[in-house]
Amino acid sequence: MTATTEELMDLEEALARFDPVMGLEVHVELGTNTKMFCSCPTEFGAEPNTQVCPTCLGLPGALPVVNEIGVESAIRIGLALNCEIAEWCRFARKNYFYPDMPKNFQTSQYDEPIAYNGYLDVEVDGRTFRIEIERAHMEEDTGKSTHVGGATGRIHGADYSLVDYNRAGIPLIEIVTRPIEVPGHLSAAVARAYVAELRDLIVALGVSEARMERGQMRADVNLSLKPTGAKKLGTRSETKNVNSLRSIERAARFEIQRHAAVLASGGTIVQETRHFHEDKGTTTSGRVKEEAEDYRYFPEPDLVPIAPSREWVEQLRATLPELPGARRKRLAADWEISEFEMQSVVNAGALDLIEATVAAGADAASARKWWLGELARAANEQAVELAELPITPAHVARIVVLVAAGELSDKLARQVIEGVLAGEGDPDAVVAARGLKVVSDDGALLAAIDEAIAANPAVAEKIRGGNHAAAGVIIGAVMKATKGQADAAKVKELTLSRLA
Amino acid sequence: MSAITREEVAHLARLSRLALGEAELDHFAEQLDAIVGAVARVSELPTDDVPPTSHAQPLTNVFRADVVRPAGTPVLERAEVLAQAPAAEDDRFRVPRILGED
Repeated sequence: MTATTEELMDLEEALARFDPVMGLEVHVELGTNTKMFCSCPTEFGAEPNTQVCPTCLGLPGALPVVNEIGVESAIRIGLALNCEIAEWCRFARKNYFYPDMPKNFQTSQYDEPIAYNGYLDVEVDGRTFRIEIERAHMEEDTGKSTHVGGATGRIHGADYSLVDYNRAGIPLIEIVTRPIEVPGHLSAAVARAYVAELRDLIVALGVSEARMERGQMRADVNLSLKPTGAKKLGTRSETKNVNSLRSIERAARFEIQRHAAVLASGGTIVQETRHFHEDKGTTTSGRVKEEAEDYRYFPEPDLVPIAPSREWVEQLRATLPELPGARRKRLAADWEISEFEMQSVVNAGALDLIEATVAAGADAASARKWWLGELARAANEQAVELAELPITPAHVARIVVLVAAGELSDKLARQVIEGVLAGEGDPDAVVAARGLKVVSDDGALLAAIDEAIAANPAVAEKIRGGNHAAAGVIIGAVMKATKGQADAAKVKELTLSRLA
Repeated sequence: MSAITREEVAHLARLSRLALGEAELDHFAEQLDAIVGAVARVSELPTDDVPPTSHAQPLTNVFRADVVRPAGTPVLERAEVLAQAPAAEDDRFRVPRILGED
């Protein structure tokens, strides 16, 4: 594909001249055992076209039946997003000519979503932004197309496509925000924070693993610009299937810069879908929205309406777990840290790890110190997530306990961590194998001190004469003799009393 | 008065990726118009006290338990499934490249 280079405006300048307005559409694949309208399994990575049946292949005469857990999950997501739950709603056929659905339509909801009018609060830079949710509706995923021929594996230039319908019919919940208007310099970060918060919420509800790298959660970023202070919305672009938190931020920034350059040069933005390119952080033009958007929605005649009783809705409300925002507030209070400090814990991916470390017996301050300090550095060096490091919260808790008991100094603790990360075993095994222990036994220390004094008679004389600074030589010798395992303050104290 | 115009048929044909000739557009416009006209006779009935409905049965909440292929569920063999398609390759359905998308 011939990549056309887009003109971009410097981000600072773009944000000085224009206000971005965003809309986010997030698709969540539910973790149900079966598809939305048939009992086919939903296992990830199964052999192509082995999880299909007459219903999800759209064969004539097949009758769809709604998965009760799909509806239940949709209602629970709606409730967690502070939505109203429809008393009555229907599915609709979204007709389109595209082979990723064998039926030539996708079963979705149109003007009667199951949940609507909600919000989700997200925190960025120590400030809370309320993201308004327009609707959350039920639909089904499409099949997976592999494009053959062409250089890039994308549709462009492909000779033909191969379709696997295992994914066709897996329940999806689409969550749509109202236009998001926040200070321009925070907009990309707010978009990312919203998707991250939504992901955490979905995971907390247990309705999906929401793993973006597996496509279990995908975001479309709609963005438009208007001149600073203007009321009227500009024309938007829709960047499809942005599949990581980082990419959401990058896609939003790129589109701000691209729109700004087009508008500033007197051009107009075309309403179109755009593809995001992970490798370069850029977007390219997809399909221009015109009559292709004429989906001819109509109520699905094969599925009867859904009318969740208020009793059922309240039963489901009672099953909601503590949600991520409330949990963060509670833990921040427990750990006696500010919301701002809590944000750095969350950003580092350390919340669960620190909570588990505290549960395993560490104090919160020490747990936080190790995970955000030594371990964050190690994760950073190895370019992995904190949770992927080969050390567990129980290991860290054990190290914290050893330090608190005076058996390890901070310096030795770092060596223990190094050993655990190097695969030398759990902390106690590393301590034993490397012979790491603070030498606190006065007898052993005194023997080393006496030896050092004997070896440095002139220094000893100075100390006796009141020159306490000279004790550094003795301390250094003792530390060397004990391989750094002595407590320096203790050595100094003993040396001075020996030579008093 | 005709309810279905030739332009509407052309638009529908584009959405359905059907290549219709000039003569066919006229032909289908006329036929569709006759069908719509026949169905429109329903509006002559007094239906003021009949609520609109999209379904023949007054049912709601027909659900299925989230259980994989309960006993008796017809299962399709992949070979059987792919054999129904005009073309298959690598255990997948082979379809022409999609136009109008780049």
